[in-house]
Formats: sequence, structure tokens, C-alpha cells
Amino acid sequence: MHSQKEILSTINMIDHQHLDVRTITMGISLLDCCSDDVNVTARKIYDKITRLAKDLVKVGEDIEKEFGIPIVNKRISVTPISIVAASCKQTDYTPIAESLDRAAKKCGVNFIGGFSALVHKGMTNGDINLINSIPTALAKTERVCSSVSVASTKAGINMDAVALMGRIIKQTADLTADNGGFGCAKLVIFANAVEDNPFMAGAFHGVGEAECVLNVGVSGPGVVYHALQKCKGQPFDVVAETIKKTAFKITRMGQLVASQASERLGIPSGIVDLSLAPTPEKGDSVARILEEMGLEVCGTHGTTAALALLNDAVKKGGVMASNHVGGLSGAFIPVSEDEGMIEAAMKNALTLDKLEAMTCVCSVGLDMIAVPGDTSAETLSAIIADEAAIGVVNTKTTAVRIIPAVGKKVGDIIEFGGLLGSAPVMPVHEFSSVNFINRGGRIPAPMHSLKN
Amino acid sequence: MKAIITVIGKDTTGIIAEVCTLLANQKINILDISQTVMEGFFTMTMLVDLSASSVSFSDVSDSLKEKGESMNLSIRIQREDIFDLMHRI
Repeated sequence: MHSQKEILSTINMIDHQHLDVRTITMGISLLDCCSDDVNVTARKIYDKITRLAKDLVKVGEDIEKEFGIPIVNKRISVTPISIVAASCKQTDYTPIAESLDRAAKKCGVNFIGGFSALVHKGMTNGDINLINSIPTALAKTERVCSSVSVASTKAGINMDAVALMGRIIKQTADLTADNGGFGCAKLVIFANAVEDNPFMAGAFHGVGEAECVLNVGVSGPGVVYHALQKCKGQPFDVVAETIKKTAFKITRMGQLVASQASERLGIPSGIVDLSLAPTPEKGDSVARILEEMGLEVCGTHGTTAALALLNDAVKKGGVMASNHVGGLSGAFIPVSEDEGMIEAAMKNALTLDKLEAMTCVCSVGLDMIAVPGDTSAETLSAIIADEAAIGVVNTKTTAVRIIPAVGKKVGDIIEFGGLLGSAPVMPVHEFSSVNFINRGGRIPAPMHSLKN
Repeated sequence: MKAIITVIGKDTTGIIAEVCTLLANQKINILDISQTVMEGFFTMTMLVDLSASSVSFSDVSDSLKEKGESMNLSIRIQREDIFDLMHRI
């Protein structure tokens, strides 16, 4: 039998250190739902999702009970709707978003991702229709998440799409202004988007994926934080080793859930995403891990190096614990969802510029950041362009999920509640990027994309 | 199927008797027990075998939780696999 110490350490991680599986996400292909009428496509989509995912929540809950591991979210990702709806004669794809929302509610999942378009090189008519439908779709639905890929290392940066997305974010914020611009919390702009990401709001089921798969996203900033408290004053070699060992344990649990869930649902297991995803709960923060390494406040000098070590050690520890690693895999730094980041931002220790630097060394990017409501569309586009450049040049995924807080100014706070937390409104640079964004066209792919 | 039961809380008379009776009634065999009391705090871990039991895992879990609540203890059952995977390569 296991020693009492081992058993109690696992229970302690679950009860007191917020250890959980953050999400089990069922990826569903909707390529067979195409038709020439948007309402027919919407019906086919509803029928397919509710058929394939009807047991997802129950299976998740059964596993939680048997293993005593909380599975916080059960979610669904689907084929980018711009592809599925491309043959429809109508140009407004909102009915499809509403159909996805109904399917999500019927299945009991809290988010469904894939109201998406992949336009990193250029936009088809279907892509343009989808992007133009985003503001209304996100305002009219509750659980639908949207993402748009505007850049890749192979294609460069589609600056026409970048310019368009600045305007779309503004429109989405305006249409959901009563909700603190909540629509923008469900909209991600990607560079190097991945096809098997289980995390929202950026999850979609790529066209290279199978008919239906199960992806799992692990978490556990609280567990890493507690483990590091035992190595105060030790050199970084010890810190890295401690994080690796902790990440291994967390990921083994995720792998167990992945194999159990896929077996019970009768679908292949896709990937385990080795991520540290914070929540607004005290003790579940990535910022606090960085501070535990010796920084007075997250965002001060040294933060980027601390995050680089954390991100790398999480991957090294997790990779041996899972069969297939994928998704975004790394530490997330969503400001509004991380209690330590919120505090650091309110102290002005954490700025947009520092966050941008941090995204060079961790997964994802400028995530859940509120900016003043009067920020121009061109400034938003320029922020997206900077972030995309980091992703494209470093051959990594980066993303922007930014909320122009309508009617709010720097220092105000917008509340989203639940896992999305609350976001202090952060300042942006006041100098104009209008002429830069108005050029349009495409920033060419970098030299190192030519690997063949 | 093997599982681990953990009982944690303030020490009182008859904890082991109560838990073991409940398990015996559900035909759950106890393979190993480890128990300590430190500063009045009771901790017990048990390895059990559920293969002869006709009660579902979910019902066993609920009955243990209920028993725990009535005795002011935390009692939980988890499949053994989670501990194997987390602590063994």
C-alpha cells in the first residue's frame, strides 16, 4: 500500500492547493454539417453536438467522484465555423452561434469554442462573413467562444485581418457594454493557433483532427506555489527541479483523466495540455509563484526570467507524464483571472509593456486585459500586431484577449465574476499607430520559416 | 477494483468500528490499514477491495461521506490508480 504520507500529500493538493483538472474538452468535427442554408447548417450542428457530447458532463462527474479529482470545466470545441458555413447563401452566421449556444446548454457545458476563422494568410468570403458576425454572435449568446488566427510563422502577419479585428473588438465591446464588454472575454486573436487546444476562449477543432477526440487541460499553480515554499533561498537549479517534479505529478493525474474519459466516451484521446492556468481564487495564482521565487511584486525586473524558468520546467516535468502533449502547454498569464496579477496591476507594478515581454517566454499572450473604453481600434490592432510578431518570430503561439472597458478609465475595475475574475483597466500608449495600421497588406514570414 | 479510503478528523471512540461495519455491510474487503493519532487528530488510510461488493462505487462514496458527516470527520474513497500514477513512475 502507499504510504500515508503519499496519500495525504495528494489529498492535501486537492483540498488545500487547488489541484484540479481544468478542463476536459471534446473536439467535434462539423465538416459534415455544411449546406447552402444557414438555418439547415445550424440544425445539423445542434443535432451532431448534442448526439456526440450528450454523456460528456456525466462521464466527467463520474470520474471526479471515483478518483476524487475535481474536473472544473467540461467543454466542447468544433471545426472553425467559417469553413462549415462557407457554402451558406446567407452572410450572417449568428444563427449558427445561437445553435452552438443551445447545444452547449443542452449538453451542460459552460463554454463551446470554434466560432472561428483561420485567416493568417488571407480571407475567404466565409471568413469575412464569420468575422463580421462576431460582435452580434457574442452579444446574443452566452457560452460561445470565438477566435481568429491572423498570423503564423509560415505565412507572416495578415495586417488586413489585424486591422479588421481591432474594429471587431471595439464593436463587440460596444454591443456587450452593459456586461463590462464581456463579449471580448470570449474573443481571442491568435498567431500560430493550435488545432487541439482544450482551453477557452481559444479552443477550436482543427481540420487536421479526427472526427471526435477528447483533449484535457491540467492546471495547478497552487501546487507549484506550495512546493516552492519548501525551497526558500535555494539556487534556481533546485527551483527548476522542484517545479518539474510537481508538474509531473499534476500531469499524470491529467493523463489518467484523459484516458478514463476517452475510454468511457468511446472516442480517441487527443492530447494533454500541460498548462498552469490560474483562477481568481487566493492560492491559485501564477503571479504568486513568480513572487515566491524572490520578486517583491510580479511585474518587477526579473519577472520575465522567473516566468521563463517556470514555463520550461512545467513542460519538462509534464512531457514524460503524458502520452501526447499538445494544445498551448505552458504557463498562462491572464490578468483578470489571477489574483496576484490583479494586485500587481493595481499597484502599477505590472504594465502592458511588461506583460508583452512576458509573453515572449510563456504560452499564450496578452490575456484578459482591460484597457480604457476610448482606446482606438487602430491601437488595439497595433497591440495585436506586436503580439503576433512575437509569436511569428519565435515560432510559438501568442494571442490577444483584450477588453476595451466602455465608459471606464485607467484605475477602474470591471467585474466578470466566476473564473474570469475582475480586471483593472490598464493604460495604453497614447501616441498614434493609425498610419501603421492603415497600410494593410501582409508582413512577410520570417527567414526561419523556410526550413524545407 | 481497489480503492483508498481516508478518514481524517478529531479522534473519538469507535471510528474504526463504525467505518469497518459500514464496509462489511457492503461486502467491501479491507486489505490494509494504517492509522495514527497526532495531537488528538485522527488519520486513517485503508486499502480496500470492492470486487465482491454489489454496491456501486458512487453509492459507497455517498454512504462514506454521510457517515463522515454524522461523525464530524472527513471520509472519502478514491480509486487507487490516482495514487499509483502520482507517486510511482
